[in-house]
Amino acid sequence: MADPETFRTELRAWLEQHAPASLAGSGGGELEGIWGGRKAVWSNPDAKRWLDACAERGFTAPEWPRPYGGGGLSREEAKVLRQELAQRRMPPPLIGFGLTMIGPVLLQFGTEAQKREHLPKICRGEIRWCQGYSEPGAGSDLAGLQTRAVLVTGGPEGDHYLVNGQKVWTSYADQADWMFCLVRTDPEARKQEGITFLLFDMESPGVSVKPIALISGSSPFCETFLSDVRVPVANVVGKVNGGWTVAKALLAHERTMIADAFGGASGGGRTRGLAARAREAVGVAADGALADASLRHRIAQAEMDTRAFVLTTQRARDAARAGHAPGPESSMFKIYGTELNQRRMELQVSIAGPQALGWEGPGFDEAELDLTRQWLRSRGNTIEGGTSEIQLNIIAKRVLGLPD
Amino acid sequence: MSLVPTEDQELLAKTAADFVREHSPVARVRALRDARDATGFSRPLWKQMAELGWVGIPFPEALGGAGLGLADLAVVLEELGRRLAPEPFLATVLLGGQALLLGGSEAQQQAWLPGVTAGTKLLTLAWQEARSRFDPFRIETSAQAAGAGFVLSGAKIAVPDAAVADAIVVAARTSGASGDEAGITLFLVPRASAGLSLTPQTRIDHRSAALLGLDGVRLGREAVVGAVDGGGALLARVLDRATAGLCAEMLGAMSQVFADTVQYLKTRVQFGVPIGSFQALKHRAARVFMEIELARSATLAAVRAADAGDAELPRLVSLAKARCSDAFLLAANEAVQLFGGVGMTDEYDLGFYLKRARVAEMTFGDAAWHRERWARLGGY
Ligand SMILES: Cc1cc2nc3c(=O)[nH]c(=O)nc-3n(C[C@H](O)[C@H](O)[C@H](O)COP(=O)(O)OP(=O)(O)OC[C@H]3O[C@@H](n4cnc5c(N)ncnc54)[C@H](O)[C@@H]3O)c2cc1C
Repeated sequence: MADPETFRTELRAWLEQHAPASLAGSGGGELEGIWGGRKAVWSNPDAKRWLDACAERGFTAPEWPRPYGGGGLSREEAKVLRQELAQRRMPPPLIGFGLTMIGPVLLQFGTEAQKREHLPKICRGEIRWCQGYSEPGAGSDLAGLQTRAVLVTGGPEGDHYLVNGQKVWTSYADQADWMFCLVRTDPEARKQEGITFLLFDMESPGVSVKPIALISGSSPFCETFLSDVRVPVANVVGKVNGGWTVAKALLAHERTMIADAFGGASGGGRTRGLAARAREAVGVAADGALADASLRHRIAQAEMDTRAFVLTTQRARDAARAGHAPGPESSMFKIYGTELNQRRMELQVSIAGPQALGWEGPGFDEAELDLTRQWLRSRGNTIEGGTSEIQLNIIAKRVLGLPD
Repeated sequence: MSLVPTEDQELLAKTAADFVREHSPVARVRALRDARDATGFSRPLWKQMAELGWVGIPFPEALGGAGLGLADLAVVLEELGRRLAPEPFLATVLLGGQALLLGGSEAQQQAWLPGVTAGTKLLTLAWQEARSRFDPFRIETSAQAAGAGFVLSGAKIAVPDAAVADAIVVAARTSGASGDEAGITLFLVPRASAGLSLTPQTRIDHRSAALLGLDGVRLGREAVVGAVDGGGALLARVLDRATAGLCAEMLGAMSQVFADTVQYLKTRVQFGVPIGSFQALKHRAARVFMEIELARSATLAAVRAADAGDAELPRLVSLAKARCSDAFLLAANEAVQLFGGVGMTDEYDLGFYLKRARVAEMTFGDAAWHRERWARLGGY
């Protein structure tokens, strides 16, 4: 491992050459981030160039092993990479459930063949993944899922599962290439014990998707219907009927990802600029304080909440580095990070005042329209990835040891 | 700057936890209160803590200290806070002691600090007045130049452990108007000075505090701590460090009252089941847990920033104090509610924690005051 500062020097030279100026300052958020995949549309060709250049160096998955397409970087080097990208205001070269959810799970539970097959494609942004967990009758009670997978042995196609059922709230299923999915393989067993974790290509015959519109006006959600979908047995991750263990590990990654996005590593930036915007909106008093005392108070509160949260995620990382295994902290970070994001969105709406009310058309600029929709979208933060109530249950049980 | 304790700090925490559990159960606080003890703590125990090296932690070895930092002292303060131990760390080590360490002359340090670290001399600081609320610069006590020295007149409130202090560092105004940072001077006033009067106050937490009267107290120039008219900045530095230390103590107390609450939730049975199986209570407990975690991170960052001489110290101290004030009160209020009726009785210890939470909240500025300061430091 090279010394992080040597790495920084090299990295800067590399970025000088490969980081397209047209992308600097463009958001890495859900709306405009680079997701990749077979169906990707490249409205800015620089985004594709940026992705390819980074994938070449393993920078899309900096800490994954090199043989699987990762960068093989140490934690320190990966930190340097994040710092340098942030400094140049470069968006992440790639985002998506491949990198944040299924990838880490395959690294932990996948067979060598599964890793070699899927991880490099994830790193290069060739395959975009979606998450088939929720069903109409199984949301918070995820283990209550009903989608059936029946093993069919022999025959010309080899051993495979025949999958039937319906998934719902599948984010971006219409844009995704592959799904990781929970199915019931033993209906007789206790509900957590009859579940298997499967991967399949969304182009398999029998898969159909139908978008669902959100209150924010976008429709990233889908209903996904599975009718006699054939899935090779080689696509089982972990053990047959042992999918719940894999499912829970993935949920921990999902919660960490959500918490990071809203308050962790990158969270410091999300309150920056609030005071400046408020100054423009409400003016300042003679002593230089914001003219609206209640707004000023809410901004201070939001900044302090954010800072305390960032320090807490830092403490968790420091503890992990010192050899203390991470506990169920991801639940706490999920609750706090998402609620924090919601408070910040509410605050931004308050600062913008009537200009936050635009849906489309004249009188509102693009940033204002975007703000309104982001605020509406943020209401889902405390639902997706397991609701706050479910996370509180987890803390009460696993951290505090309270009885059922 | 890592936010996890070092191995040495973990060891210190363990020693302190064992010692405090054995020698200072909350029952001791109750006994001191019931005895209306004027000292408010145990002198022999203080001596023992000095011998263990705790009192000298943040002082240089040349003055009998351990030459360590606030982060190390915080480890001990947290364990003392856990059991509400009333020994005068705040008054002697963090207020009076730090004022002399940061601003005192060589002669002042030599005269007082070896005694402090040995556990034989006690100090305190008098900063608040009837009209100052949380603003340390709203000082009306005056120090008039007279001959080669000064004459102090005025009144201070809520001076911690003043009744037993051997000397009191007093913040007085040598120029300027109440509220100005400039024009404040700190004086080292021996307890026996003519014109100095002390009236013990009884407050809800029954820790020792007193009203201080200064009626024409005459002092020589050698009594000045730091620079004449330049005491405001020194006072602010001392208070920031003391606030960070108080946060560590609050952290221990809130952690303990919460641990007691969780234990109760597991054992108290109603409707044939432990009350901790009710989701309404589980969720409340989980939220208290999260608030304590955030308070802990902020406190660790503040004490480390103090040791590192980080320019962000005032902001981090305000962050820690705001969070600790809110979290401690939440933990104590929730404890009383979740214990039900017995939580209201004097027989249970919870009330001591609740009262301590309120006193600590009001010491060095409450949460709202520190959010206000955060905004001011942020320039908006
Ligand atoms: C923006 C967004 C994106 C999503 N993306 C995906 C995706 O890509 N893939 C996917 O599979 N799913 C996805 N989901 C689904 C999400 O995981 C579920 O919506 C969530 O788990 C809640 O399930 P539910 O909607 O069925 O609500 P319910 O489970 O019906 O819950 C309704 C209410 O009851 C409460 N509740 C339920 N059980 C309990 C309990 N035991 N104790 C206390 N309260 C309880 C809940 O907290 C909630 O307030 C997404 C959801 C959102 C909002």
